[in-house]
Amino acid sequence: MAGATRTRPTATRPGAAPNDGRRRLLSERTPRAFYWMVAPAVVLFAVFHTLPAIRGLLYSFTDSPGYGPWEFVGLSNYVALLSDDRVRAAYLFTFQFALVATVLVNVIALGVAVLLNSRIRAKNALRGLFFVPNILAVLVIGYVFNYLFANSLPAIASALGVERLSTSILADESLAWVGVVVLAVWQAAAFNIIIYLAGLQTVPEEIYEAAAIDGARPWRRFWSITFPLIAGFFTINMVLSLKNFLQVFDHIIAITNGGPGTSTESISVLIYRGGFQGGEYGYQTANAVVFLVVIVLFSVVQLRVLQRREVSL
Amino acid sequence: MSAADATAQTAAARTTGTSTPGDDTGPDLPGRPLSRRRSHRSTSGASWRLTALAVVLSLTVLVPLYFTVVTALKTPDQLGGTGFALPTEVRWQNFADAWTLTNFPRAALNSALVTVGAVALTLLTNSMVAYAIARNMHRRLFKGLFYYFVAALFVPFPIIMLPVVKQTAALGLDNRAGLVLLYVVYGLAFNIFIFTAYIRSIPEELEEAAITDGAGTWTVFWRIIFPLLAPMNATVGILTCLWAWNDFLLPLVMISDPALATLPLVQYVFQGQFSTNYPVAFASYLMAMAPLLVVYVFAQRWVISGVTRGAVK
Repeated sequence: MAGATRTRPTATRPGAAPNDGRRRLLSERTPRAFYWMVAPAVVLFAVFHTLPAIRGLLYSFTDSPGYGPWEFVGLSNYVALLSDDRVRAAYLFTFQFALVATVLVNVIALGVAVLLNSRIRAKNALRGLFFVPNILAVLVIGYVFNYLFANSLPAIASALGVERLSTSILADESLAWVGVVVLAVWQAAAFNIIIYLAGLQTVPEEIYEAAAIDGARPWRRFWSITFPLIAGFFTINMVLSLKNFLQVFDHIIAITNGGPGTSTESISVLIYRGGFQGGEYGYQTANAVVFLVVIVLFSVVQLRVLQRREVSL
Repeated sequence: MSAADATAQTAAARTTGTSTPGDDTGPDLPGRPLSRRRSHRSTSGASWRLTALAVVLSLTVLVPLYFTVVTALKTPDQLGGTGFALPTEVRWQNFADAWTLTNFPRAALNSALVTVGAVALTLLTNSMVAYAIARNMHRRLFKGLFYYFVAALFVPFPIIMLPVVKQTAALGLDNRAGLVLLYVVYGLAFNIFIFTAYIRSIPEELEEAAITDGAGTWTVFWRIIFPLLAPMNATVGILTCLWAWNDFLLPLVMISDPALATLPLVQYVFQGQFSTNYPVAFASYLMAMAPLLVVYVFAQRWVISGVTRGAVK
């Protein structure tokens, strides 16, 4: 990140070298104020973020039920995770959900953003409208979707004679996850549309005009010009979407509550339930440590793969 | 993810030219010259077909909202069928019932206090920390702090969830003040990232001139830098507001006293009582969504441009 910031053309850029010297002088005269500015934040962050993370790591080596006495059990929590069917099911469900939702959200958001960036009327009103889902609490609008899936959709399906959907999809073990995906995509697309619109606005109009003169069709123009130029935005949206969807929680609670059975139980829901209600505090913190490693791995791999596609002007 | 942000940021900076805070006079900044040019053309050649397509797509946003409203106005015996029909007889009493059942004023006040507290403190503190870091990035300590905070973006909440709940309870922070504190502290990771990028685009000459005139570091920050951060403060404020108001997981795990429950948490707590009476439940959902929706209707352009700025930075 520091490298990227440095390459940015800033106002101080031309005089960077002499400026650096002056800056050093300047801050050497009043370094104490800068330390006081960061000190409280560092202490609070350490106490409420780093310390809990370290304690979580320590508890992952214990058999603590979340209260009372506990003992160190070495790596046995981690070993047990490997053969736990419920854990494996939660990971499989979460991966499946996150991958499908990430792809759908980005394809849909990019499509809508291109549409909103084209020559349409009432552009600002439509733009504002498409952002509305992001204003709403996932949990609250999730309950509305729950009712739609459980009651309205079967009524519509049976009126149309679609047998498969005439019962609630949320009661069907193999279909319930679709409901979670629909809610997640509906809600997350709003934010990604705005990010893609911001990206599309950085593409100069002249390039399109030049391409149009060369006879490039809209589809070709999009894939050869627009998409490579906004690939940076595509990368950030893909990485952030996947990271957020891997941690899915509110959606599950509102739509399926993990059911039917435990078929839509995500990793976060499992950690919450096992850790707070199931007396598996130590065990689920071990699960959370594994989860951390998974998220970092996914993000790094994704960044590597996606950044290779990026092009700059 | 930090690298991805930076990529998006450089991609944007390269094509729009760096926007120093000075020329950030109005909304829509990143694409203003473009959109002006475009809208000039669009008045003559706006495509009605594309506009119609966008309007049809926007129904996906509007239909669930319409559904929420009509259901909230019905009597329980009007429910059956698809549920999309208009109410034959409007029952305003649903709102009064939901109001008293969930103690709406109390929950709304809790949400408002937490949100206002989180936004105000986040703006005042996070910008200050970012300033100290941005102006001392050449010092190893501050550079290290930058990575320390930003690395937290990768840490999923579940890993710290269990320990942090014990810790806040032990410190007597399982209340609204504790929520505010955690939003402010956890927001640091992302906010430092975008504030720092913005502060580094502010020419240091301004501060040097003030220091020559005898101003101290604190004065420089509050009198010169903080006002210049207004556009970024808007972005961070909007994102923090949406997060604190709509968040469910943190209140769920931290708040045990029902009198302190926030709006999303209340919807969850009352699920049991709601299931017998959907119109009252929907009235409650609608009231939980309404405050932010109303604000959004009036501040829509400002919100969108704020979020856009966050993406481009």
